Amino acid sequence: MNIEVLVFYFFAAITIIAAIGVISVKNSVQAVLCLVLTFFSAAALWLLLEAEFLAITLILVYVGAVMVLFLFVVMMLDVDFAALRQGFVKHLPIGLLLGFGLFGAIYWVIRFEIFGSEKVPEPAKHEQGYSNVEELGRLLYGEYFYPFEIAGVILLVAIIAAISLTFRGRRERKGQSVREQHRVLKEERLKIVSMKSEPIKQGDDA
Amino acid sequence: MSLTHYLVVSAILFSISVIGIVINRKNVITLLMCIELMLLAVNTNFIAFSRYLDDATGQIFVFFILTVAAAEAAIGLAILVVLFRTHRNIDVADLKGLKG
Repeated sequence: MNIEVLVFYFFAAITIIAAIGVISVKNSVQAVLCLVLTFFSAAALWLLLEAEFLAITLILVYVGAVMVLFLFVVMMLDVDFAALRQGFVKHLPIGLLLGFGLFGAIYWVIRFEIFGSEKVPEPAKHEQGYSNVEELGRLLYGEYFYPFEIAGVILLVAIIAAISLTFRGRRERKGQSVREQHRVLKEERLKIVSMKSEPIKQGDDA
Repeated sequence: MSLTHYLVVSAILFSISVIGIVINRKNVITLLMCIELMLLAVNTNFIAFSRYLDDATGQIFVFFILTVAAAEAAIGLAILVVLFRTHRNIDVADLKGLKG
């Protein structure tokens, strides 16, 4: 039994236990923290699959940003979470039935006779100088550059949508009002002062 | 480790999130978290296939799924905050303002 198998089973067990925690703990803050643990151990599984860049991205983007957002929202909302859990026991049998049925159906497709190590052998490990970031970057900035730009636009739309949905300050714009522009009088804008004209002094023309 | 090991882990994750959606159907926050779990399961599938078929395109797909999921989480939580401000409640069963 080599170390890779041990690491796989360790992190797979943590992933699944934490995922069960997400859907079953009473406190919503604890549920979010369980989700953080799930993402961490899933990132470790991705590292085993040699997707280093995405594993780091998962931790930075999800644990660092999205989960913190979730935590803030859960703490901000003053909701009676216990009342929201009514029907938990009532729906549990049908949920378990559905879940086990779904897992059975998926497992029938992915069972060891189809995707086991004889049918799909594990490819050789990458050599020492291999850079996952370089390979992804070559694809992302070459073949998939157009989708990459669209992804940027999607993020911009998300920023604008989130801010405009939750913004609560005054919504005043610096636009023109044509009516006020028409009603302007000359006296409001122009003031004529009577004064003596002064001679230009020599050497002071700068 | 064979491909099936990773696929079984992500299938279990996916089933857990389906169970979570069924049993926690009143709480919008838990529903959003279950959707995040589902996306994680799908991403794990993509990365496992990308590794075993030796094709990095699967990782590009995961990259875009992460982008869309981050946007979805941000907008979903913003809608949740607006909902709480207007209703003082985030029960899914109370959301029938559009019902005829």
